[in-house]
Amino acid sequence: MQRTTVTSFEDARRRHGLIVLTVLAVLIIVMFIVSVNTGYIRLTPLQLLDTMLGKGTDKQELILFQFRLPRIVISILIGAALAVSGAVMQGVFRNDLADPGILGINAGAGLMVMLLVSFYPSTSAAPVYLLPVVAFVGAACTAALIYSLAYKRHQGIAPIRLLLTGVAVAAGMSAAMIVLTLRLDPDKYQFVATWLAGSIWGTSWKFVFSLLPWIVILLPYVIYKARVMNVLNLGEQTATGLGAAVGKEQFRLLAAAVGLAASSVAVSGGIGFVGLVGPHLARRLVGPKHQLMLPASALLGALLVITADTIGRRILQPSEIPTGIVVAVIGAPYFLYLLAKTKS
Amino acid sequence: MNYQAVSGSGRNQKTEPLKLRSRPWAATLILIGGLILLALGIAVSVSFGAADIKLSVVWTAIFHFNPDITEHQIIRELRLPRVLGGVMVGASFAVAGAIMQGMTRNPLADSGLMGINSGAGFALAVCFAFFPNLSFMYLILYSFIGAGAGAGIVYGIGSLAKGGLTPARLVLAGAAFSALLSALSEGIALYYKIGQDLAFWYAGGLAGTKWFQLQVMSPWVIAAIIGAMVLSRSITMLSLGEDIAKGLGQRTGLVKLAGAMIVLILAGASVAVVGAVGFVGLIIPHLTRYLVGVDYRWIIPCSGVLGALLVVGADLTARMINPPHETPVGAIIALIGVPFFLYLARKERREL
Repeated sequence: MQRTTVTSFEDARRRHGLIVLTVLAVLIIVMFIVSVNTGYIRLTPLQLLDTMLGKGTDKQELILFQFRLPRIVISILIGAALAVSGAVMQGVFRNDLADPGILGINAGAGLMVMLLVSFYPSTSAAPVYLLPVVAFVGAACTAALIYSLAYKRHQGIAPIRLLLTGVAVAAGMSAAMIVLTLRLDPDKYQFVATWLAGSIWGTSWKFVFSLLPWIVILLPYVIYKARVMNVLNLGEQTATGLGAAVGKEQFRLLAAAVGLAASSVAVSGGIGFVGLVGPHLARRLVGPKHQLMLPASALLGALLVITADTIGRRILQPSEIPTGIVVAVIGAPYFLYLLAKTKS
Repeated sequence: MNYQAVSGSGRNQKTEPLKLRSRPWAATLILIGGLILLALGIAVSVSFGAADIKLSVVWTAIFHFNPDITEHQIIRELRLPRVLGGVMVGASFAVAGAIMQGMTRNPLADSGLMGINSGAGFALAVCFAFFPNLSFMYLILYSFIGAGAGAGIVYGIGSLAKGGLTPARLVLAGAAFSALLSALSEGIALYYKIGQDLAFWYAGGLAGTKWFQLQVMSPWVIAAIIGAMVLSRSITMLSLGEDIAKGLGQRTGLVKLAGAMIVLILAGASVAVVGAVGFVGLIIPHLTRYLVGVDYRWIIPCSGVLGALLVVGADLTARMINPPHETPVGAIIALIGVPFFLYLARKERREL
């Protein structure tokens, strides 16, 4: 009908969206500078610049390049990965409560970590470098198990069935974990609980490089699929009518989401809230179109995790608060405020 | 989703899935059979334990109580309150879950979503960390207050919004607030190293249920279940969608408020007695809908009976597995419930 108004509205929305994305990116850079300065040993911005350019002392170089930078990079990566993973799941399941935790990713990873820890006589003997591998295997296996349980011949995968299956399997794993929890000795319990609460402990370049390929391949892939996700959002029948291969696309998207979430959980434990809230905030800021919503989710998730990680390192120096806890404590009130403020 | 099928016009009676009809006969059967099974379960549960007691003795202990006989004492003071607590808690969680799922039309909704479980858990974390010597009575009281405060805040935030309280908004506010409180509880637990004590309470256990707890809770629970039955017709309408319910002349705001109050009372009381056995409220309503169809006048009572059965059965199993130690009942429920729920998920075709 009235093409002109529609397109101008679209243009306005795109402009607004790009402004939002720019602001988020700037905020992340600001947080990055703050975060580099956070820790037991302070670096002034000038020292920081010098060190970055290779003119700092050995000590400064060590702190910056071996401890802080990898950690900051990791928190940005997992924040983006978890939020986008959540966005994909909410889109595919068309359920507001879907998040990476729902497909049993956190539960599967947690259970495997717990098993690994309970096999060793003490936590100090447990090989820390094995944890992410084991966590990843647990997460991927759980996701595969849930998928195969929800699969039916001639019907493929119905999102609702997958969702319910995921919840059930996650509940089963949590129950098994509770039984294990009560049998662990207190030291081990403390270790596992800290891990499960979401601590970014993979703080070396090794972990960054193990995480990077997943993110570099899967994030662009999902964003490239934005149009497909817009179509899927119209409902299965409509999407099929528009010529989308619904089942196939759902599978691809979910596989990507699982890959993103599982690789993040492997290096950070269960940071739960990002995947649920990132996409919701993004939708409120830039609207439901996935071309803008997915990048916005990624930036919001990164911002949330890097901020939470910085705060978590700051408060109880020299000990730390698990990042996952801080994420929920700063993310939830803001989310609730938004919920109360906006119209349905 | 196509809800026009609900009216089930004669022409497509054949093609329309059975899902969308109510099955009063099945429901009646479940109610009668379930109650008989429940009575059996109670009897077995009371007679089974560290000391096996004959059913005839159980009978006399209940109806001709003699305080000088130890077995009578065991039954009176330990086992009866325990099994009755199981019945109460199971029925409460299941009915609360059914109401939540019906009102919000979200298949993942249960009482845990309204901030009830996490509110209670947070209150307990605070108690364990700062007042380690509180008596049991006070723990119960505080966890109930925590549950109430949690639900109140979630509900308040949901209602604050312009455009009022939509089911979707309630669910989201509940999820966010629960995440916040769980994180705070986790933080307290990690810092004060009380995680394992908290986990044991949270995993749910009927051990140590006392008469006075039942006396305090039962009038509330009974009143709430009666209230749920009174509301059931309106909940059926709401489960078809808010617009349809409004179109049929329902005052949806009032119904939702009443429903939320009922859920709070049922779940709050239960969490305070046994901890968070969340899974009952999730799976039982799904199972019930699968068996009796879409009419909440049947779903609510049947959910209650089946929920009670599940918890009593799980408690019995928890005592059998590894005597004299107890396995947390929440874990058993998940182990029983998961395969079952998986089967249902394969069958279920329709969203709520």
